[in-house]
Amino acid sequence: MPVVSMTVNGKPASADVEARTLLVQFIREQLGLTGTHVGCDTSQCGACVVHVDGRAVKSCTMLAAQAEGAEVLTIEGLAKNGELHPVQAAFREHHGLQCGFCTPGMIMTAIDMIRRNPGLDEETVREELEGNICRCTGYHNIVKAILAASQEMR
Amino acid sequence: MSDAASGEGIGQPVRRKEDYRFITGNGHYTDDINRPRQTFAYFLRSPHAHARIKSIDTSAAEAAPGVVAVFTGKHVANDGIGGLICGWTVTSKDGTPMKVGPHPILALDTVRYVGDHVAMVVAETLADARAAAELIEVDYEALPATVSLSSCQDGKAPQVHAEAPRNTCFEWELGNKAETEAAFAKADRVVKLDLKNNRLIPNAMEPRAAIGEFDKGTGIYTLHTTSQNPHVARLVLSAFVGVAPEHKLRVIAPDVGGGFGSKIFIYAEETACVWAAAKVGRPIKWTADRSEAFLSDAHGRDHLSHAELALDKDGRFLGLRVKTIANLGAYLSTFSAAVPTYLYGTLLSGQYDLPAIHVEVDGVYTHTAPVDAYRGAGRPEATYLIERIVETAARETGIDPAEIRRRNYVKTFPHQTPVIMNYDAGDYAASLDAALDAIDYKGFPARKAEAARRGMLRGIGFSSYIEACGLAPSAAVGSLGAGVGLWESAEVRVNPTGNIEVLTGSHSHGQGHETTFAQLVASRLGVPLANVEIVHGDTDKVQFGMGTYGSRSGAVGMSAIAKALDKIEAKAKKIAAHLMEAAVEDIVFENGVFTVQGTDKSLAWAELSLAAYTAHGFPSADIEPGLKEGAFYDPTNFTFPAGCHICEVEIDPDTGIVKIAKFVAVDDFGTVINPMIVEGQVHGGIAQGIGQALLEHGVYDADSGQLVTGSYMDYCMPRADDLPSFTLGFTKTECPSNPLGMKGCGEAGAIASPPAVINAVTDALGIREIEMPATPARIWEAAQAATSRAAAE
Ligand code: FES
Ligand code: FES
Repeated sequence: MPVVSMTVNGKPASADVEARTLLVQFIREQLGLTGTHVGCDTSQCGACVVHVDGRAVKSCTMLAAQAEGAEVLTIEGLAKNGELHPVQAAFREHHGLQCGFCTPGMIMTAIDMIRRNPGLDEETVREELEGNICRCTGYHNIVKAILAASQEMR
Repeated sequence: MSDAASGEGIGQPVRRKEDYRFITGNGHYTDDINRPRQTFAYFLRSPHAHARIKSIDTSAAEAAPGVVAVFTGKHVANDGIGGLICGWTVTSKDGTPMKVGPHPILALDTVRYVGDHVAMVVAETLADARAAAELIEVDYEALPATVSLSSCQDGKAPQVHAEAPRNTCFEWELGNKAETEAAFAKADRVVKLDLKNNRLIPNAMEPRAAIGEFDKGTGIYTLHTTSQNPHVARLVLSAFVGVAPEHKLRVIAPDVGGGFGSKIFIYAEETACVWAAAKVGRPIKWTADRSEAFLSDAHGRDHLSHAELALDKDGRFLGLRVKTIANLGAYLSTFSAAVPTYLYGTLLSGQYDLPAIHVEVDGVYTHTAPVDAYRGAGRPEATYLIERIVETAARETGIDPAEIRRRNYVKTFPHQTPVIMNYDAGDYAASLDAALDAIDYKGFPARKAEAARRGMLRGIGFSSYIEACGLAPSAAVGSLGAGVGLWESAEVRVNPTGNIEVLTGSHSHGQGHETTFAQLVASRLGVPLANVEIVHGDTDKVQFGMGTYGSRSGAVGMSAIAKALDKIEAKAKKIAAHLMEAAVEDIVFENGVFTVQGTDKSLAWAELSLAAYTAHGFPSADIEPGLKEGAFYDPTNFTFPAGCHICEVEIDPDTGIVKIAKFVAVDDFGTVINPMIVEGQVHGGIAQGIGQALLEHGVYDADSGQLVTGSYMDYCMPRADDLPSFTLGFTKTECPSNPLGMKGCGEAGAIASPPAVINAVTDALGIREIEMPATPARIWEAAQAATSRAAAE
């Protein structure tokens, strides 16, 4: 089995995995970082979004081997020294989560969205969330949280 | 209120206690849990909607790499394990009980829907289990399937169960038939409508999962599972399925990623995992992938109805008669028989003073996945029917849709409907007025004209909904066929240091109980929110509970806590009286401090808590040491949340695309503990309702019975860009039937919104009917037909 090595949340991580291992499996099963979730098997729901070299990626669409040498950031690596990332804080402040299952993917997507879109507006946020499904919130407060965080981060 | 507790009490939008773990990736959902030496299960499922199993050969699979065991229905039956049950018995109008076919955990000789469970492979890895399942040889004799609701009872359709001739499980009725006929006989006008309530697939974002374990030393089974009601699961698994005695089975529902009804039920996979764990002597883990969830989670809705409304010359409603065929799927699921009967027929009076109602419901079997409660459960189907026919009546009589509703509202309470329910409180005109204001109803004609200038069709639709929540008085549901009582339990444990654990039989899977329940405790005892811990979801910790569904956790679950808090306060006062050498009657408890009336003597909460456990010098006949009280609360009535939702849409006739221009929801939930959380519940419900109206549809191929909408590529989930932001408002009449005045808010959005949307769409198009989901294709066709009609006129 090939050894795959990458940096996850700033720490080196490597493991012997079967070639078919998906990045999300590597993260959840090899590294035990279970904040990244699996909500579908057709790359539609976005529960699995992480950052690979700074860009939001659905980790169920990528082999672990494809992330060889990459910098991976998961939801667990976001808060620094116990301080929440502004997007995390905004989700809490604006009640952007209920069951919490879609939340890690939503937050990782939102951070990338804010980075790429200075001056976000509601329509853009809603379009950009096309790849993340939430069944609980009706998106109302997720949109609100992302807009608030994007203001905050300007 | 003390400083510490201010801003944290009842009515405050307190930020949620549970959020920190979820936003940092530290939640513990079932699939996040791994047990030492665990194995993995994979279920081989039927590819046929209906087939006889001639033989199953598992030998190659058993010999495959990594395989620990392979189980079929025979193993389960030989072990004396029973089938799954329906916990509610419905009686037909001829007095016979519903006709129930067997529901084995793994199929014995027949499979009855695509996805039905045929065999379970347990292996070292999921990949091994999956690969081995492909080596199982099942010799099927494929049989024709019954899919269509309209023809399943024609006597020619293939039988799903031999026990149920004409695929009819029950023929149920409710209401006053003779009076209804008399009302129609004297009516000035009768409005008729045929309606379909589309089949939905719940799709909580966390798929179902289970880890079954068996401890050889103690004989104790443990099941971690995605459940909305772990105690009910334990009861069913022990008393009916016979997996293990109740005291030897622990069920834990940890963080659960949404339920919407689909995680109430006791399913085959979870049952098989806990049963087989003892067979293989190792933990067995199973997590559904989304495709399995589509196939095997209980679906929702799926009704075919004909409704008639009788009116007098002033547009007053005289009577309603309804005939509904309700799809139950291939097997009865845990509560499925109750959903299209007692949760549906009983709500057909809507918000209206309707003197005569008669409803007939046929519950039928088809070769499709079981159908059971999905957010709203019966009440959305009732609301859709009544609010569609009322809107149609408004159009046919030329009475303004707001006015016809207002004219017919129930205005005095209590109000006994002809269909069991006794409405205890409400002010329906108040929510209508607030909604009319919020949407600027007066400005609608101008907005419609402006849209027309842009070539767009604008429409407005109303929905004045009512639901029955707070399930439910045990005696009442017992008399209607429920196998359980629907009370709730709570235990309040005060620790010696004064902080508090509250054990509740409710279960939170997104509702935020850890926050709202703690708000109640904090404000009652005057302690900081941070000092209150809510414990739920583990049968080893909480003695018993009925779980969370039917918007019952506030009205019933919190009422149980309130009752336990009363007892805590009573005992604490006794202790305080002893310590301060005063009479109990003179003790005042406010903001977490005990004082003796008319003196400066006082005792803080923490001092009293400690004293309760040191128990020094307690008169032992009078006061036991400790401070812990439990309560069971059985509601005296259902609760009746109600309100008015108004939807305004704009349709592009060239593409058939609907844009929701504005959605207003004004709800009366009685007392609101945390408005932020309540609003979130409404948002989510509305999104699901809009999903039903415009996007979602669970479709089976009419001939083959294959599920056509088996993934997110085919089943259209509402996404952020399908929805607007919502405008919410609240009115308030307190519920007189529970100590907190709460009504429940979890389902209102999903119940109210579909008719509001469809009324708006049909208004925009100037048509009478359109089927849900009103997809762009359906709307485009209707728009084209409407345009050519207009041209011809
Ligand atoms: S799990 Fe990756 S998109 Fe759904
Ligand atoms: S919060 Fe439950 S799926 Fe989004």
